[in-house]
Amino acid sequence: MSDVVRLTEARRTYRMGEEEVHALDGLDLVVPRGEYLAIMGQSGSGKSTLLNILGCLDRLTSGSYELDGKDVSRLDDDRLSHERNRRLGFVFQSYNLIPHLTVLENIEVPMEYAGIRPGEARQRSTELATRLGLGGRLKHRPSELSGGQQQRVAIARALGNDPSLMLADEPTGNLDSATGIEILDLLDTLAAEGRTLIVVTHDRKVAARAHRTIHMLDGKIAREDRRVAEAATP
Amino acid sequence: MRPGRLLALAWKSIAEHKLRSLLTVSGVVFGVAAVVTMLAIGEGESQAAQEQIRRMGSNNLLLASVKPSEPESGTSANARVLSYGLLEKDLLRIQSTVPEIDLAVPRRDVPVDARVGTRRMRATVFGTSPQYESVANLEVAQGRFLSAADEESRLPVCVLGSEVAKRLFLNTDPLGRDLHVGDNAYRVIGVLSTRGEGTGGTAGLGGESDAAILIPWSTMRERYGSIIVDNRGGSRNREEVELHRITVRAARGDEATVGRVAGALRRLLAEGHPQEDVRLTVPLELLREARETRARWTLILGTIAGISLLVGGIGIMNIMLASVVERTREIGIRRALGAKRRHIVLQFLAETVVLCAIGGSLGMGLSILLPHVLTTVFGLQTIVDPWFLGLAFGIAAGIGLVFGIYPAMRAARLDPVEALRHA
Repeated sequence: MSDVVRLTEARRTYRMGEEEVHALDGLDLVVPRGEYLAIMGQSGSGKSTLLNILGCLDRLTSGSYELDGKDVSRLDDDRLSHERNRRLGFVFQSYNLIPHLTVLENIEVPMEYAGIRPGEARQRSTELATRLGLGGRLKHRPSELSGGQQQRVAIARALGNDPSLMLADEPTGNLDSATGIEILDLLDTLAAEGRTLIVVTHDRKVAARAHRTIHMLDGKIAREDRRVAEAATP
Repeated sequence: MRPGRLLALAWKSIAEHKLRSLLTVSGVVFGVAAVVTMLAIGEGESQAAQEQIRRMGSNNLLLASVKPSEPESGTSANARVLSYGLLEKDLLRIQSTVPEIDLAVPRRDVPVDARVGTRRMRATVFGTSPQYESVANLEVAQGRFLSAADEESRLPVCVLGSEVAKRLFLNTDPLGRDLHVGDNAYRVIGVLSTRGEGTGGTAGLGGESDAAILIPWSTMRERYGSIIVDNRGGSRNREEVELHRITVRAARGDEATVGRVAGALRRLLAEGHPQEDVRLTVPLELLREARETRARWTLILGTIAGISLLVGGIGIMNIMLASVVERTREIGIRRALGAKRRHIVLQFLAETVVLCAIGGSLGMGLSILLPHVLTTVFGLQTIVDPWFLGLAFGIAAGIGLVFGIYPAMRAARLDPVEALRHA
């Protein structure tokens, strides 16, 4: 099977007044299908930029990005939106649910943009919400849910269009440790089902769940750990 | 996204801030109400004017004697006899020389005290011919109008205006009874229907017949001298006026014919009345002027109402711009989840249009109410054409489009990464 992510010589340069900042400085990264990858690094190391690039929210200055075997590095805004909609699922630190929509409506937002019929979308969103343990909260608004529940809604929403790649940015950052563990267990389940996951974190305990961890420094990958020992134990 | 879903979403977002939404659209509400009310007033005025002119008869031309302005004032007025106005020879000349006319009907007015038994009232005796009934659009309620036979035999008969009949005969039947003017008695042969107030205007074919006593032209010539003495208002006014009115009816009611007759009459007057003691009124020309005036007013009122709508639109744009800032994060989320720029544009545009449509509907409700209030409180004639409502609603929705497009574009142009970072 092909790789989900293939970044080659990836550069992203910002202009800050007179200076040029190389947020990504010739980075190479390959993520095979089904991998659970953690990205760690200090703030300013370029991990947020990398996440934006991987999430098709931003474009490379040079180099190439193949997502799911398709070169997306030169796509226009409309096509990038399309890729985000069909191939990507986002989970954010602060959940980023739309406050005036119910649980089901929030889950259905990406489906609407994919042109899925309302009836089918409702069926899918109900299934997803129920599967993630939100069965009793379908008509609630985000403000009526706990943090853990809100993050589950966000995960359900990310799964709505069956993405090739799920991106999670500090998914447990706003949660207490017990709830954080629940969410991490949920991500483990998804990885076990064969989903490709990339988690950006500065928390070692979060990164410890991943198959592989890359450490970023100055827009490059400084170091890479593979969970060899644990992978061997069942 | 489907249009239905788009509208539902817009409605949800509007319902989220009910008070704010209501305040936002108030400008549009009042703007729409203003547009419709202005149009309703304009239409009412125009209908009233047209009705008035129609009563004068669109193929009539009216000649009226007017007292020339006196250079010296009242001290010697008692001694003098003021002589002016239309002459009998004017009537003959019109009848014999002006082409394309059906009739030229004379009328002479004499102010009198009329009496029946012990009841008295001030009235005006009109000496006129049988054709006056048709040229003045009179309607006989009881009995008959003056006839050619009355005219020929100079009979002392009269037809009463409704007011005269009511005041002198109260509830009794006036037909066949006598009415006294000075030493003369006139037998009542008919009573006219009420014409109502003030519909005659300067041309004088409206309510004035209500207080008139109409007698044959020949009878008046026999019984009244050339000097008219008016004791009303304390002072004695002595005037010599042969005819007060000549109503000319053109052969056809089209503008060209009426125009040619008017031209011929003007030439005649210029020759015979250089002192301008005769005024010519052409209802058809008045009608055209009324239309022009109406068009001008509609334009002025429309502009004012349009400005209020513009202000309403700017208010909406202002709130929508604020709303875009407030919902930056939502925009970022939607973009991350796959919304294209046009989805964002449509979302915000739909919201503004729905907002304006709500404003338009409220405005329509108000604009049915407001003219009604104006009519009952101020007696202003107003007509709300359903077409106005449609127009105003369309304008409101159009304002939503025009003033919604800029905030919507602003929303769509936000960078997704920046928008997601927004607090």
